[in-house]
Amino acid sequence: MTRVLIVDDHRLFRSGVRAELGDSIEVVGEAEDVESAVKAIAAHQPDVVLLDVHMPGGGGQEVLRRVLGSGSQVRFLALSVSDAAEDVIGVIRGGARGYVTKNISGKELTDAIRRVAEGDAVFSPRLAGFVLDAFASSEAPSIDPELDSLTQREREVLRLIARGYAYKEVAKELFISVKTVETHVSSVLRKLQLSNRHELSRWATARRLV
Amino acid sequence: MADQKTLAEQSGDTPYRRMTRPMEGRLLGGVAQGLAAQLKLDPVVVRLMFVLLSVVNGVGVVAYAVLWMVTPRQAPQRVEPQRDWSQLAAFTAIGMALFAFGWLTGASQGGIGMLPFAVGGIGALILWQQADPERRRTWMSGAALSIRKNRVRTLLGVALVVVGAVGFLYSQGELAQARPGLMFTVVVVGGLAVIATPWLAGLWKELQLERRERIRQEERAEVAAMVHDSVLHTLTLIQRVAHDPREVSRLARSQERELRNWLYQPAQDADATLAAAVRRIAAEEEDAHGVPIEVVCVGDIDLDQQGRLGAMLKAARQAMVNAAKYSESPAISVYAEVEGEEVTIFVKDRGKGFDLEAVPLDRMGIRESIIGRMERHGGSARVRTDPGEGTEVMLTMKVEMA
Repeated sequence: MTRVLIVDDHRLFRSGVRAELGDSIEVVGEAEDVESAVKAIAAHQPDVVLLDVHMPGGGGQEVLRRVLGSGSQVRFLALSVSDAAEDVIGVIRGGARGYVTKNISGKELTDAIRRVAEGDAVFSPRLAGFVLDAFASSEAPSIDPELDSLTQREREVLRLIARGYAYKEVAKELFISVKTVETHVSSVLRKLQLSNRHELSRWATARRLV
Repeated sequence: MADQKTLAEQSGDTPYRRMTRPMEGRLLGGVAQGLAAQLKLDPVVVRLMFVLLSVVNGVGVVAYAVLWMVTPRQAPQRVEPQRDWSQLAAFTAIGMALFAFGWLTGASQGGIGMLPFAVGGIGALILWQQADPERRRTWMSGAALSIRKNRVRTLLGVALVVVGAVGFLYSQGELAQARPGLMFTVVVVGGLAVIATPWLAGLWKELQLERRERIRQEERAEVAAMVHDSVLHTLTLIQRVAHDPREVSRLARSQERELRNWLYQPAQDADATLAAAVRRIAAEEEDAHGVPIEVVCVGDIDLDQQGRLGAMLKAARQAMVNAAKYSESPAISVYAEVEGEEVTIFVKDRGKGFDLEAVPLDRMGIRESIIGRMERHGGSARVRTDPGEGTEVMLTMKVEMA
């Protein structure tokens, strides 16, 4: 049973998510702002935190900074109505292991939570598109080639995800196992989080697109 | 000037109030200020009146002295308030300049003859002061605006007038005589500027404040209009079609898209770049068929003149229409990518799929509108589908980068 904490400032949305999540997931608590989220995470130690990006008191990024900054190993899945590149890249760079939008179906959300709980990354088609765009747009020499560019295989995986393929379909298409797909995606996530290419953030800010 | 107003208001209830000389803010003896309070005029007007009358035939000085003697001093609230020396200097300068001007031109000898001018001047000053502040402001701002707008023309005009006047005087051999007069005119204008500057500055600040407030109100009105025209409208429509879940979700998605565009998207010309055009087409087909279409774009390119990308967009639209109409898929994914000189568009659904070989030859949708169209324009199209497997249409086109 995966233990989940919901952090969102809209009460209606919290109860909606609670109702949608299936029996395989236990909601251990809710929080409505940065302060209460930090407290609730410390108290409940959930497997996965569903984190809203826009919240009073600094938003999701502030929660990530304070919880992960204190050495906690809690995993975060960002959940937001915003599809702006700034928010997506910002919250992933802040340490979230995935980003899904709020119009995701209950089943997809359950899958995403399970995946994050197992330590994998969750990329929506849009996030995959952002990453491809961000890593392709730069022609500046990279400081760390390993971190600053995607491998051919990672690019292929991301492109299929952006086209709307599920992980299973990606695996079938590329004749690899689902596990390998997950490894590639996690590796992209690591690059996205650790690459110190400042263009990445600048790109996201410059591109205020939905 | 606020203290005079309150003074006037305070003494307004007593039927026969006596004129007093306030020490606060006086220039000489406070006579002008006291008189101004009594007559409910601006002290500046009264002061200029005294200066004018003094210059014309000395009446001003006498009147001032008499009033000074008969009016009691108002007890100072603070310890001996200071005179406003800069203002006093300005008035003195104006007075002296006017006097010198009159003396040079021989007008002061005319005595009575000059009086109408003085009276007229005083009348104009009082009129100006009594005018509705709102109207005065519009006069001022109108003048300021037109001056600012036509700064070059104004400067040119002034320069021409000055050059013309100097030239005229020079040709008449009167430049030497006119010089002192001109100088004193400059002093008068300078003095007036010193007096009027603080007031004009205040006025200017007020105008700026008003403008900022107006901009804020316009922004608020725009938000209100947006909320009213689209959001409220959609909510009403949704209530009306509440029995039809498909229509409800179509309305909600369409509204969501509109709001997102308004909030995040820079104003984009849908006919200028590929990504914008793909988004627009997807939005149109989503509205037409009520099936959500998710669009992801990587890279972008300006639409070309030869119409190749236009043909590609038409093919992509046809693919979306097919998916929305026949696949029974709950959602459609569209992915457009520009990489190097290659543009690719994928349209994918998770619907029932079909057997490509079994499609009758006369069905134009896929063969003609998608594959045929792409090939005619030098691109290619592939369709991957199987019954139960969903469908994906892949469009590829080579373009020359500018």
